[in-house]
This record gives sequence, structure tokens and C-alpha cells, in this order.
Amino acid sequence: MARMSGVRADAVAKVPNFEEIRTAGAAIRDRVLSNLDAYLFQFEQAAQARGVIVHWAETGTDVNRIVRDIAQQNGVKKIIKSKSMLGEESSLNHYLQEAGLDVRETDLGEYILQISGETPSHIIAPAIHKSKEDVGELFERVHQMPRKHTIPEMCREARMMLRPHFLSADMGISGANFLIAETGSVVIVTNEGNGRMTTTMPRIHVAITGIEKVIPTLEDLSVLLRLLTRSATGQATSNYISMLTGVRGPNDSDGPEQMHVVIVDNHRTELLASDMREALRCIRCGACMNHCPVYEVIGGHTYGWVYPGPIGSVLTPSYVGLEKAGELPNASTLCGACAVVCPVKIPLPDLMRKLREKSFERKLRPASERLSMRLWGYVAARPKLYALATKLGARMLQWMGGEDKLIHKLPGGLKEWTNGRDMPAPSGKTFRELYAEKKAVGK
Amino acid sequence: MSDALRSGGQGNPRDRILERIRAATGKDAKSATQDLEAVQSRLREHPRGPRPPFNWPELVAQFRAQASALQSTVEVVENLADVPAAIAHYLEDLQLDRRAVSWPEFRGLDWRAAGLQVEQRTVRDGDLVGITGAYAGIAETGTLMLLSGPQTPAAMSLLPDTHIAILRTSRIVEGMEEAWNLLRNEHGKPPRAVNFVSGPSRSGDIEMQIVLGVHGPYRVHIVLVTQDAGTPRELINTDWWRQPART
Repeated sequence: MARMSGVRADAVAKVPNFEEIRTAGAAIRDRVLSNLDAYLFQFEQAAQARGVIVHWAETGTDVNRIVRDIAQQNGVKKIIKSKSMLGEESSLNHYLQEAGLDVRETDLGEYILQISGETPSHIIAPAIHKSKEDVGELFERVHQMPRKHTIPEMCREARMMLRPHFLSADMGISGANFLIAETGSVVIVTNEGNGRMTTTMPRIHVAITGIEKVIPTLEDLSVLLRLLTRSATGQATSNYISMLTGVRGPNDSDGPEQMHVVIVDNHRTELLASDMREALRCIRCGACMNHCPVYEVIGGHTYGWVYPGPIGSVLTPSYVGLEKAGELPNASTLCGACAVVCPVKIPLPDLMRKLREKSFERKLRPASERLSMRLWGYVAARPKLYALATKLGARMLQWMGGEDKLIHKLPGGLKEWTNGRDMPAPSGKTFRELYAEKKAVGK
Repeated sequence: MSDALRSGGQGNPRDRILERIRAATGKDAKSATQDLEAVQSRLREHPRGPRPPFNWPELVAQFRAQASALQSTVEVVENLADVPAAIAHYLEDLQLDRRAVSWPEFRGLDWRAAGLQVEQRTVRDGDLVGITGAYAGIAETGTLMLLSGPQTPAAMSLLPDTHIAILRTSRIVEGMEEAWNLLRNEHGKPPRAVNFVSGPSRSGDIEMQIVLGVHGPYRVHIVLVTQDAGTPRELINTDWWRQPART
């Protein structure tokens, strides 16, 4: 991830007023969220005027059913898919395959995961956890072709394997980076070109997207694109930005005959109503995970659901329930790097703190943790008692460290800490004591 | 408008979702109507946001530099009639196929004299070179803007291994915002597909190593044509078109 954060920093440094653009980006997203009903209504009107069929889905199950029905009513057999995080939310591929449909992922990373039966570990680079040897071995086994050893050879082979599917598929499913209320358009940002293929070649295009993805105008799109691509991959622009508005005209030689947009709630209105609304500003760039020290160490799969990293720690408990994902807001050091790089200024550490408070209030944390927090809170609120307690604690830890100044075994519930390593013993004095000494010397 | 704002729509998912949104954002029927009017007025006005400072001495040079940075190759010719020879050289240098398909607007060019076989038809799988025009070029990022249409099919810049785009320098504008103005002025509404193309297709999905030519073209070559009638600047810069009320 060091590379990802480096390229972002370089790209941002080239724009002297990036901060001003960031502020404008956050304001655009907030404006939409506070008038979301009106913007969605305008989008629907404009899209319908161009022949788009607009569907509304309240849950992931509804999304799956709607897409399956479109496929079955149109005699669809083969579906190609470009990346959609919403499809991951509802396990759309699995559902469509159960319904007897042939579904192919086409984003290279997603394709690798599909043929190896895995899920994404990053929203922009989904197969980032796999090495080129892993991919070479996988391709050899699945494609039944001679082993490839370089990445360009592997990409060429994937292109060759997927091209026939692009040309023979009846339906293309995509996500949407943005919906534009002004024009009724769906905007898709890709580098590989699979998004263009998916929305150009098959006779039916279905875009699935969350209610929060709508933005007002083409000018607002320009602002958000400048933020998105720099934050995601350090590019001033992505290779392909496609703005799709309606179906092919009578004399067009390409483009879908049917275009469907499925607008999905799936717990987003709950987030909108809560004190965590800012999370819905997210434009899915992945910068927060690229800069997260915890993500860097534990990897994307550890987050347990669709969205990893800091934004996942906020969205997942909100979408699947704090009871099931209460650990996630704690998977952070609250170092604040995510908030610094977020292109739409989502205060991610604050939101994680709110979730921690909620899980404490709802008694979702273990009794021992709640008790120790209470105890700490009691002592910390009384400066004299706090000074005494830390003084005693520091002395005791120093004593436990002994000759080699290492604690080999901590007592009771803390023993897990020292199972695989030693804890360096402190000096025996508290910070406050040291500070007082320094100050005295200074005089 | 009144349909959308009718409260208590319990019947279908659309109404329930919109109702939940209104509840979440603290709206009643009256404020929802006022807010919709404010939103509609904002969409009509579509004010510009902040953008990076555009202080380049010369638009075309900026376009060339940015396009090259994104691995497009760029060359400049004076007249449209010079294009076939330029493309022939390009294909020869890279030892690429001398057969191509193109948009119909280039039917009149003397491809044969340049030793090329260029057909004006729909693109098929296996066509190696696709020649298109471009609606505009964006100097900020070195990006081609292509509009789909019966005479300008989108697949021709997508399926072939090599995409060659012919762009008149008078169509190079500063940023995306100027391109939107052109589009609104000349077409009113966007066509089915507006494709912004910035260099060859690429992926970094395996070990973050950038590889060109994943699903789209392996290479993008841009031929800039300097001599032609030009685009009146008022189409790019002014808002005269806002005056006649559209319904």
C-alpha cells in the first residue's frame, strides 16, 4: 500500500488548490444527501425520458430478484459483469448462477477471484492479495493453457479468454460511480475498458447502484472525478470515463437496446437518518484503506464483509448490524490518516468513535471490558488518584521487568500479550513525573 | 412533480424508499416541494466548481504533453489530406496491419495512395486497427472525448488492438467544463454514450504492475489536424444557449 499512498501524494501535490476542490466535493455530496429525494426524482425523470427503465430495490434480495427477472423475461443466458460493490453486498453472482445463468466477472482482479472462488480484499484492486505466481498457477489450471510467467502474458491470456464472452453475452451488469440528475446518465470509471465493453456490446445493460450515488450536474461530476482518480490510483484521470444515457438510437450500430437502472436502499436510508450520514458521501476511491496502518497489516478479508478498511469499519456495522460487526470500529488506531486523505472529508475516526460509544451503550462489549473502562474512567476523572495509581503502576512494572528490563509474563487477563513476546518494562517513572523534573531543571 | 411528492406512498418500493429518505432528512410535503424547486433551479444553473489552475501558455502543447504522459502517442499534420500518409507511417513503424476500419466521415480520404486498405463499416472482432474522429480534446488531461452515434459508433475505439483518433486542434478545449458547454450548445442533450479516453486500456490488478491493453486497445495514436475552419469560441465559452427556455 506504500506505493498507492505515494502515487496519491504525488498526484495531489500537483494540484495547488486540492484542498479547495476537496471542500467543494464534500459540499456537493452533502447537498445531495440533504435533498436526496429531489435529486433521485430528477434523475428518474431524466433517465426515463431517455428510455431507461428505473427500478427501486429496498434490500439486497430485491436487487437479486429484479436482475434475475430482467434476465429471465428477456431470455438471457450469458451475463458479463464489470465491478459492482453493490453486487458483492447482495451476493448477486451466486444468486444468478443458482438461477441457471452464466455470469462472468470481467474486471481482471474480479475475474481472478471468480475463477479461484474468492472474494475481493480491496475495492479498487480486488486481487491485491494474490501474487503473480498464484495467478500463473490459477490460469494454467483453469484455462488449460501453458504456464505464463510474466504479468503482461497473463493479461493477454485473460483478454483472449474474456473477449468471446463480451461478444456473446446477452446482458451486461455494471455498477455506477455516479448518477447524474441533470441528464439521467450513469457514469462508469474504469482503466481496463471492461466497463465500456459491458455497457456497449450486450443488448441489455443493467446498472445497479445505491441511492446515494446521485450527483446534481456535469460540472459536479468534473469536480468529483478530479478527486476520485487522484485519490484512488494517483491518476489525473482514469483511462475510460463513460457517461451512458439511455438506449441506442434507431440508426446506431452499437449500444444496448434496453437499459435498466436499479436504485438500491439496502440500509442506506437508516444511515441517512443517523448521526453517521457523512459516511454516505463516500465515492469509493479506496484511499482510506491505502493509508490505514491496520488494513496494511491485517488485509482486506479480515474485515469480514464487502467494504474493508476504515470505510468498511463504518459501513459494515451500519449495514449488517453492530451486533455482528461490533469489532470493526475497534480495528483502528484512530491515527486519523483516513480522514486526512478522504477526498470528500468523511470524518472516519469520529464515526468509528461514535460506533464504539454505541456498542458500549448497547452493552455489546464484554463485561470485563466495560468494567475496566468504567474503572479507568473513574480514576481518570480524579487527577490526584490518577497520579497515584500511575505512579504505583509504573514502579510495579519496572520491578516486574527485573534485570533485563523485559516482562516475560503479564498476570491474569493480560497474559495473552506476553504469550508470543516480551513486554519492555517502563522506566519506573510516569510521564508527569518526568515532565515535572525537566521543568524543574529548566528553571 | 406532485406525484413524486405525494406523501404516504406505501404501495411500492419506490415510494417507500423516497418516504424513508424524506423522513431521514426531516422533510414534510411543503418543504419537499420547495426543496425540489431549489434543486431544479440548481440543475438549470449548473454552476462550476473549483478546479486546478489552468495556466498553460498553449492549449495544444498542453494536450500533447498530457496525452503522451498517459501513453497515447501524438503527431501533428496540417491538413486532413495528410492524415493517410501519417497513419501509414505509424503503422509501418510498429509493423502493424495495414488494413483498418474507420468512421464514415473519413471515406473521402485517399487511403489507397498511402498504401492502406480502410473500410467504412461496423467494427468486427478481429479488426486490428480502428480509425475514429473525436468530438473534442481536453487539454487538462490529454483526453479524447467521443460521442456515440450512427456515424460515430462507440465500438470502433474499443474492440481493435490499435485505436487511431483524428482530432482537429480547434476542438481542443481547456477542461471538462468547456467540453460540457460544447456538448450542451451543439447537441442540447448527451448522446447514448460519451466516452472519455485517456490512453490505452490498462490494469494494475496483478501485483500493481501496470500492463497496457487489457480489454480495450493496446495503443492509442492521436493525429492532430491544425488547419480547418475551427470552432467558434462562443460555443465553448458563452452561455447564450441558456436564454431560450427549454421545456
